[in-house]
Amino acid sequence: MDLIWDGIKEAVRLIFTGDAYVYEVALTSLYVSGTATLIAVVIGFGIASLLVFRAPPGRTLALSAFNAGMALPPVAVGLLVAIMLWRTGPLGALGLLFSPTAIIIAQAVIATPVVTALSVVALQSVNPRLRTQILALGASRWQAGLLLFREARLSLLAAVMAGFGAAISEVGATIMVGGNIRGSTRTLTSATVLEVQHGDFETAIAFSLILLAIIFAVVGTLTVLQQRRSVS
Amino acid sequence: MSESRIGLRGVLVAKGRNTVLDIERLDVRAGEVLAVVGPNGAGKSTLIGVLGLLEKPTRGEVSFEGEPVSGPYLAYRRRMAVVFQEPLLLEATVEANVTTGLVLRGVPREERRERARRWMERFGIGRLAGRSARTLSGGEAQRTSLARALVLEPEVLLLDEPFAALDEPTRQGLMDDLARVLGESGAATVLVTHDRNEALRLGDRLAVLMDGRIRQEGTPQGIFAAPADEEVAAFVGTETIAPGRVEEVADGLASVKVGERMIEAGGDVAAGDGVLVCVRPEDVTIGPAGDGGPTSARNRLPATVARITPAGPWVRVELDAGFPLVALITKQSLDELSLAPGSAVVARLKATAVHLIRR
Repeated sequence: MDLIWDGIKEAVRLIFTGDAYVYEVALTSLYVSGTATLIAVVIGFGIASLLVFRAPPGRTLALSAFNAGMALPPVAVGLLVAIMLWRTGPLGALGLLFSPTAIIIAQAVIATPVVTALSVVALQSVNPRLRTQILALGASRWQAGLLLFREARLSLLAAVMAGFGAAISEVGATIMVGGNIRGSTRTLTSATVLEVQHGDFETAIAFSLILLAIIFAVVGTLTVLQQRRSVS
Repeated sequence: MSESRIGLRGVLVAKGRNTVLDIERLDVRAGEVLAVVGPNGAGKSTLIGVLGLLEKPTRGEVSFEGEPVSGPYLAYRRRMAVVFQEPLLLEATVEANVTTGLVLRGVPREERRERARRWMERFGIGRLAGRSARTLSGGEAQRTSLARALVLEPEVLLLDEPFAALDEPTRQGLMDDLARVLGESGAATVLVTHDRNEALRLGDRLAVLMDGRIRQEGTPQGIFAAPADEEVAAFVGTETIAPGRVEEVADGLASVKVGERMIEAGGDVAAGDGVLVCVRPEDVTIGPAGDGGPTSARNRLPATVARITPAGPWVRVELDAGFPLVALITKQSLDELSLAPGSAVVARLKATAVHLIRR
């Protein structure tokens, strides 16, 4: 029990004294996972609206793929991205392996199916006749899409939260394609793994606490946004 | 018809092997309310979808001001408004809902607010402007939906069973308001409904839609007094439909043999014609058996009461007059005549109230 208690005390000290190493790692995590989530949202919302509003052939197959993608093993994604970015791999010339960009790519691949599948559910939960009504009120296709996204905003925010959660809590692929390089690709999760391996539980607990705090802050903010019965 | 605001030309809508809609020609003029009545599944909602350019017909075209609709639909859709059975409101305030179409058209904010206020007042929802749409009752929500459509001051207004989901008092109140608004509006309006009373109340002209086809079109009085065929007759509330044969025609009056009875009726028929004798229940009066009192009714048929059922403020009396005959009488008459199943009575009906359909 002492271990945990001392760990927490040390963690609080590290956090509140503005320890450079801890903050650098936290900022890397935020940057990498934030960017990956943004990419996942852009792609996921796009694909979801295509699947729901255009109902293309093969929709069910695509949906099954995205649903399965929610359970994509991060290690497999990491492996795939690592092979693609490997020096002799198809995208090796870009020199991205062991860079923050590589982690962003891997996390975006992991978060995109989550955002897509949940956004499809969100958009499908809107009464399909509402789209007809909106078009009948004189909306262009774009206007109709925007209004329907606005209508599904609560569930769409849940999709964003789930995507962010998947990205920031990911560790296997992050280490594999990022290399856990201090000052560059070390994130809160990969740093925690490292510190535990070194037996430095205080620092590991500090990282975990910050990770939890970030998740709580981001998801909390989105939840407040979601639950504010904003009507304009 | 050059003054046609919106119409259909040779429109056919097929879904799989079924023909859902098949209308050779339909026209609605500015300022006119065409009420399209028909049973469920007649193709009414498809008709609204096609007219509103929300559904493409398998073949044929929609005409706007006499010209076939071509090019992007959006420009045409912005001259129309559609109200559906469900209010289909956005999750926003009543006012934001009412102004949705104006926002989509880029109407400036001040004008939006002013127009929204005016139309919310007209539909009696002014005090609800700031309320969230999800807290509204069914009637308030449908009022919001109607205000949202009429605030656009559309050239074509399409109403798809707008009262079907409302309870009776709410429906009556809303129908009053809509009747007033439609009377002042210059829009070409199409109201589809399965309720013939709504159609009578709001329609300037009536079309009966069955199995995707317009069976009859004309004034409400014309159609109700002289339905074109048996199904239309049954739908518009002619409860007595009995087969008969014209025995002779003299002075424009036909003598028709129905079962063992003779009935006199007006109508363009010839001796020997097989006909359906149609009588609306409100046109049948009942008197005591052996009643020889003065009456202008040419037909007096001895009958026995088969069944009595209450029908709102009225009583529906099924008679056996040699053929089944239905009468609608007041509760007071029922008491005065002390009718019961088995009572012997005389059913009276005017020759002009008997409509003949040639078979």
